[in-house]
Amino acid sequence: MRKSVMKSFVVIALLSMIVPAVGFAADTIKIGVAGPHTGDLAPYGLPTKDAAMMLAEQVNAAGGVLGKQIEVVPMDDQCKPEIATSAATKLVSEGVDIVIGHVCSGATKAALGIYKESNIIAISPSATNPPLTQSGDYPNFYRTIAPDDDQGKLAASFATDKLGAKKIAILHDKGDYGKGFADFSQAAIEAGGKAKVVLFEGVTPGAMDYSAVVQKIRREGADAVIFGGYHPEASKLVGQMKKKRVNVPFIGPDGVKGDGFLEIAGDDAEGVYATGPMDVSALAGNKKAKDDYVAKFGKEPGTFFDQGYAAMQTILNAIKESGGTDSAGLEKALRGSYVDTAVGKIKFDAKGDAEGVGFSVFQVQDGKFVELK
Amino acid sequence: MDYFLELFLSGLTRGSIYALIALGYTMVYGIIQLINFAHGEIYMIGAFVALVVSGVLTIYGFSGVSILILAALIAIIYSAAYGYTLEKIAYRPLRGAPRLSPLISAIGMSLFLQNYVLLAQTADFLPFPELVPEFEFMEPIAHIMGSAELIILITSAITMIGLTLLIKYTRIGKAMRATQQDMVMARLTGINVDRVISVTFIIGSVLAAIAGVLVGSYIGQINYFIGFMAGVKAFTAAVLGGIGNIPGAALGGLVLGLAEAMAAGYISSAYEDVFAFGVLVLILILRPSGLLGKAVKQKV
Repeated sequence: MRKSVMKSFVVIALLSMIVPAVGFAADTIKIGVAGPHTGDLAPYGLPTKDAAMMLAEQVNAAGGVLGKQIEVVPMDDQCKPEIATSAATKLVSEGVDIVIGHVCSGATKAALGIYKESNIIAISPSATNPPLTQSGDYPNFYRTIAPDDDQGKLAASFATDKLGAKKIAILHDKGDYGKGFADFSQAAIEAGGKAKVVLFEGVTPGAMDYSAVVQKIRREGADAVIFGGYHPEASKLVGQMKKKRVNVPFIGPDGVKGDGFLEIAGDDAEGVYATGPMDVSALAGNKKAKDDYVAKFGKEPGTFFDQGYAAMQTILNAIKESGGTDSAGLEKALRGSYVDTAVGKIKFDAKGDAEGVGFSVFQVQDGKFVELK
Repeated sequence: MDYFLELFLSGLTRGSIYALIALGYTMVYGIIQLINFAHGEIYMIGAFVALVVSGVLTIYGFSGVSILILAALIAIIYSAAYGYTLEKIAYRPLRGAPRLSPLISAIGMSLFLQNYVLLAQTADFLPFPELVPEFEFMEPIAHIMGSAELIILITSAITMIGLTLLIKYTRIGKAMRATQQDMVMARLTGINVDRVISVTFIIGSVLAAIAGVLVGSYIGQINYFIGFMAGVKAFTAAVLGGIGNIPGAALGGLVLGLAEAMAAGYISSAYEDVFAFGVLVLILILRPSGLLGKAVKQKV
């Protein structure tokens, strides 16, 4: 007897959780927010959900968009592709007009086909896998974060265009992160055709010294070095290049751009370039979003909050501009005009990547990384 | 030709560091047939002590070279104490035990010392001050060989010559050779074998500490894990030259360093380790007892 009472409590409790999510209101615009909301990776998904809900609340309080209320439909995918497909199907069957998500690249890829069939636009705050936009398979996909290869491309264009390098040596630490950056840089340099990659080589992290590879840089006559990897190897390379009088610019990725590098490389760090995420914290739009969050939740927002907030902002703007939730109209609006968001003024290019977000080049000046404009 | 010379000197520098550490492996093995896997950690501790000392001395306003010498001396004393204690705690109680027991004990000590430094210091890399000043007269050839490399080469040459003289001409050297040949017989003739073994550990640790200080100041960064890779490479060098053979360890270190530098320079630095260990395999196939090792006579 007692047990069955308990059971019915549980059932009631569960039902009460489902009800508000289903909520039927005729004249609302439904925005699905898909991502990991439970499990290990929830910290990457929840900030986006919070951002979307917070904005929706503000907009609704001000009368909604086009006279309609915004309804956010959260959907958990735990960052797993197999759950993402069913999450996407559920969102479609609930009749969402547009989706923010997903968060992980694998889950996003799995879900995108389903949205494409139903002609629903998806904007991810965090899926950085390059082919998602570049393959052209998903014309309904957009993202408010720069793809993985952007950093490599930026390093390459900085070396060839700003530094005027003609012969570039690319080194990496043989790891996923470092080699990935090096590969993207190499591809960008070769595609650009302005310079030649004279050396492409892995170095062993933890090796006693890199003087042999430094001599190789000199022999190949490289006039710039791009390195993919982290700060311990970078500082070793920079130090030995200086000792061996190989005075060419050194460009690293965001794994180099940090206090660890400045501390270990010391004086040798001066003048070194590193790419890193653009500093958006000074933007008024970013500050306001964060202040709102802190006021509401009493803590600092988590990972991808800015990007999730920006995704919601672009969506609201596109709905307003196109005057409805018709996909073709939204598409035009998303690509057509710049929106002032939490990550800066952005619009989407033909592939779905955001113009105006991404990485900047920093240089060590007087012992500090300074953003080069 | 210039390029070859550059690589040759780079390999020689690296090789003499390997050689300094390898001597510690080979001397201990020669006397008690133990591979002292914690030897790389002694090298790491030497570097850390020098880092701490040079930090303190910099505050007191000492200049580069005097810091280098003082830091090296204190590092040597510390490392020697560690080596001595290591032997006393971890190996001496196992003197009569099967050969596998001290070996496991050595691995345990290696892990212990690594984690001890990790907890007592930090897991991050620490900057190591450049203690060797840039010599003016080296400037024209600085791109081939810097002053730090010159100091490494000179110091290791002097150290190795000193070691050879010590073993050849002093009483303790004679005792060490006697113990190496036959421990029981040496004991019968009145040699204090335990003391000889202690001294062997101390000498090995001194060499490792010198290597640690030199490398720290040459590379400019250290962390708790540097002893592992250096230890593996030095052990390889000792085997390459014929483990138990002192000139062999020096030769093995140089061969290994040169092989790595040439591989990095002419093939690819990504395959540096592949090439280095390839050389090891090749030499062990052709000369199973190493470059200078003598075929082991089975004791009946």
